[in-house]
Amino acid sequence: MSWFLSWLSGAILYAAPILYPTLGEVVGQRTGMVNLGLEGLMLLGASISFAVSFLTQNAWVGILAAAGAGLTANFVYAWLVVHRNASQLAAGLALMFFGIGMSALIGKPYVGQMAAYLPKYPLLGPKSLVFRYDILVYFAFALAPLVWFFLFRTSFGLKLRAVGESPAIAYAAGVSPAFMRYFAAAFTGVMAAVGGAHLALGIAGTWSEGMTAGRGFIAIALVIFSRWNPLRAIIGALVFGGAVVLQLQLQAQGIGVSAFLMDMIPYVLTVLVLLVWGRGVRYVAPASLGRVYFGTE
Amino acid sequence: MPKPNIIRFWHGLLRLLVTVVVILGIFGLFLWLMGRDPIKSYRDTFRLNLLNPRGLAEVVVRMSPLLLTALGVAIPFRAGLINVGAEGQFMMGALLGTWVALNLPGLSQSLHLLLVILAGMLGGAVWGAIPGALGWANETITTLLLNYLAPLVVGYFVFGPWRAPELAMYPQTPEFPPSARFPMFFPGTRMHLGFFLGLFFLLAYGYLISRSRWGLELRAVGGNPEAARRLGIPVERWIVGAMVLGGALAGLAGIAEVAAIHGRLKMAISPGYGFMGFLVNWLAFANPIGILIMSFLVAFIASSGFTLQLTQRLPYAAVNVLMALILFTVLAKPFAKGVRR
Repeated sequence: MSWFLSWLSGAILYAAPILYPTLGEVVGQRTGMVNLGLEGLMLLGASISFAVSFLTQNAWVGILAAAGAGLTANFVYAWLVVHRNASQLAAGLALMFFGIGMSALIGKPYVGQMAAYLPKYPLLGPKSLVFRYDILVYFAFALAPLVWFFLFRTSFGLKLRAVGESPAIAYAAGVSPAFMRYFAAAFTGVMAAVGGAHLALGIAGTWSEGMTAGRGFIAIALVIFSRWNPLRAIIGALVFGGAVVLQLQLQAQGIGVSAFLMDMIPYVLTVLVLLVWGRGVRYVAPASLGRVYFGTE
Repeated sequence: MPKPNIIRFWHGLLRLLVTVVVILGIFGLFLWLMGRDPIKSYRDTFRLNLLNPRGLAEVVVRMSPLLLTALGVAIPFRAGLINVGAEGQFMMGALLGTWVALNLPGLSQSLHLLLVILAGMLGGAVWGAIPGALGWANETITTLLLNYLAPLVVGYFVFGPWRAPELAMYPQTPEFPPSARFPMFFPGTRMHLGFFLGLFFLLAYGYLISRSRWGLELRAVGGNPEAARRLGIPVERWIVGAMVLGGALAGLAGIAEVAAIHGRLKMAISPGYGFMGFLVNWLAFANPIGILIMSFLVAFIASSGFTLQLTQRLPYAAVNVLMALILFTVLAKPFAKGVRR
């Protein structure tokens, strides 16, 4: 029982840094944009938050700096996609390259350093050892229903989803597809960077090159699994977090299996998730997803 | 009204030149912001990698994996697939090729080498076939995920069962027997068989894609899968086939790099050749001559990255920033007119 509790506690912790980019990407894809640059944005967020919080000794300044950097970097992606009619896949991959390279440069002086962890607050009672989380974990799980409400219960959310289904019709109805896409890209950028920052400051407490280890791509798989619904994204993030924690626990118990094989668990699980839930998903996906919108005469 | 070819050619060249100047300018600014001297950096990279015969030979050596990984991206690209998994296919090719190199002693060199090459291609092909078989709505994301799995598989063997006992400090396999090493040409350089294999497959690709029934069917699948299906072309088979062929060539790049340059399998065999191959193909738009030119260009950039690492103490990751700037600039289409919103 105690084993289960510590597993569940860990699963919730590790779900948070993947839930942020997943929620960001859900909103982005609801306007019709696939962003493969999430991985780069997360790495940028992780490195910048670590560097800034190390220099200022304040984790919150670091997270704010990461959010600003994610917003700026994703603005470049949105400009390429919206105003220069670039392929979304290529623009996203360029952003991925940029994030991988830039984060390695930014983080280089801080390899091996320790930053201040975010303060933790217990969920159950002051004495319990499990379910102690930093604010960002609570915020992630509170944000998912908020995003759901925004997308499905407000008129702005309706307009945003309309752009994802058909930019031309949304335009005819008086909605600016370009504005909606910039708005969504800003949200995606901030969310992905905050997810990376939480990984660096809330979980690892250190910076290492490529530390997000493909979470940006796993988040895109979780968007497909969640069927573009922020509430289902919580389930996806918990499943992924549970797999990561299971792998860590098995390694800590010292079972005689190579660490390399254990590290494969989250990726294999993600591929399986795509295999099971990826079929027929085209009928659920926003209709204009991945297409270039050339404007309306 | 279409312009005469000669004017289009000069316009194209002018655009290329201006794009290159824009990229050099932005990266120069970046170097300057990092506290480096951009003029000196550029002079060093040109002097050491283009004007020096040994440096030039190294650039050409670096072209061999890029030619093959770019072809590995180009073939699926022609079938309408985005294969971002050349990096993983490269690693798996190196892995399976290594198994054949280390476990089949006593063969003649030509037979052993042939088996090593085929095993490398098989390893990459299997890794490419997985996303191809999983349905093509998500091949981009599955190839990317498999890139993270492949180094773990290699790590399992290199740190585990295949680890060379005599070098306990470094996790790597024993050295390949001489019969499994790629032959070298032109003494004083590291020009190896892989480069000529790359040229051979580039020629074969250029010929087959435009002159054969196979190439036509492949391009039909990429152009309009529904129309291709109505014409009786087996679309699903071509999709898996294109991924298998592409994976095989990326896998060949992997085993070539191990059997020619390193002589043993270890973790650090690729400074991102798979991703660079993607960049080459994107810049060349799957055109065979374009692949030749762009793989030279990207090989030069990768070599420059090592030069800057040595002369300017700039981390190698700066090359990724430069590659991203190139992609950003090309995607921004500085010459496109009439883009409005």
